[in-house]
Amino acid sequence: MQKIKCVVWDLDNTLWDGVLLEDKKVILRQGIRDIIESLDNRGILQSISSKNDYDIARNKLIEFDLWEYFIYPQISWDVKSESVKTIAESINIGLDTIAFVDDQEFELEEVKFSHPQVLCINAVNINNILDMEVMKPNYITRDSKNRRKMYKDDISRNSAQKNFIGNKEEFLRTLKMQFMIHNAREEDLQRMEELTVRTHQMNSTGYIYSYDELKQFISDENYELVVVQLDDIYGSYGKIGLAMVEKLGKYWELKLLLMSCRVMSKGVGNVLLNHLINKARKNGAILRAQFIPTNTNRIMYITYKFNGFHEVDTRGEVILLEADMSYERKMPDYITFIERST
Amino acid sequence: MSYEEKIKSFLGRYVNVDDLKNDDNIFEIGLVDSLFAVQLVSYIEEEFDIAITNQQLDLDNFKDINSIAAIIRVNLAV
Repeated sequence: MQKIKCVVWDLDNTLWDGVLLEDKKVILRQGIRDIIESLDNRGILQSISSKNDYDIARNKLIEFDLWEYFIYPQISWDVKSESVKTIAESINIGLDTIAFVDDQEFELEEVKFSHPQVLCINAVNINNILDMEVMKPNYITRDSKNRRKMYKDDISRNSAQKNFIGNKEEFLRTLKMQFMIHNAREEDLQRMEELTVRTHQMNSTGYIYSYDELKQFISDENYELVVVQLDDIYGSYGKIGLAMVEKLGKYWELKLLLMSCRVMSKGVGNVLLNHLINKARKNGAILRAQFIPTNTNRIMYITYKFNGFHEVDTRGEVILLEADMSYERKMPDYITFIERST
Repeated sequence: MSYEEKIKSFLGRYVNVDDLKNDDNIFEIGLVDSLFAVQLVSYIEEEFDIAITNQQLDLDNFKDINSIAAIIRVNLAV
């Protein structure tokens, strides 16, 4: 079962007791503040799907000092299956990582009917939420604790982009992105394991390595394990990418390449790949990459093919691609590339 | 609009296409990015109702406007 990445809350008789439009003095459900804060600390995002008047509901949440906890809140008279879908698309996560909490059987059924993947929770069970296995991330890293802030930074970026006059490349230039790459250290390993579990679209093989396996790789000279951090003028995206290369003589085999879906639209997807090709070239090696197709990771296949890779072999479900090593890859000039030695 | 014009207007969302000629390599003018690549492929598949195969997913088939128009014609002819 997928761990939950976002909890979507109803308001009336769920987050608070009573119906706001009938009674302006609704009171918070007992224990709810603690649940919201705990989920936030675990790095689980939260949003709202409520049939209500937007301004009145927003003011009430501000009064309760809870408004800041929610991203992409959907407060309108739309059907809830639509608002849940809007939230998933805005965050760019799968519906199977969303939980929806409501007190009305009708709303729970309506969401479940359109999106059977969503975990629907009746508000009578609210007090069990923190104890549910799907609400307990395997790790709570610095990146998970900052997750809400990172998504909020993203909302600022997106609205800046919306209001930007010019094409996408010109916009990316305004972000002054810094792409920092370094060899993995022990303190990165939890986040790396978290990334391998959480990332599906920009993930070349889906291999999941345990903390202990990763720890062995960093001290083994036959392996190259690198982590990527991305920052820009709006803040840090945190550690958003990693690559694992096994050196097999003249061939370097890229077993895992992944990038968080949060940076998908930032034009950085192939910077890491290009760096690895250039590094292999310098060492006189040929870079090969494993690819295992899934329903969601075609973007990685296209990334390889469009960066000068071609298929050389198939081993079971694994497609092996080899890079054209005849030329050095250029880095996009709207990114500052920093390689940090450890 | 011709295929070529449609492709050019799609590219205009990403990069400056004012001086872009149909045989200019689009991957040398800037945005060689995973998302751009996948959006280009999805755009072509949806706009022209074709399915690009893994074999066709090759840089050579997408390097410039002429090549993209050619791969569209090949798929529509089948």
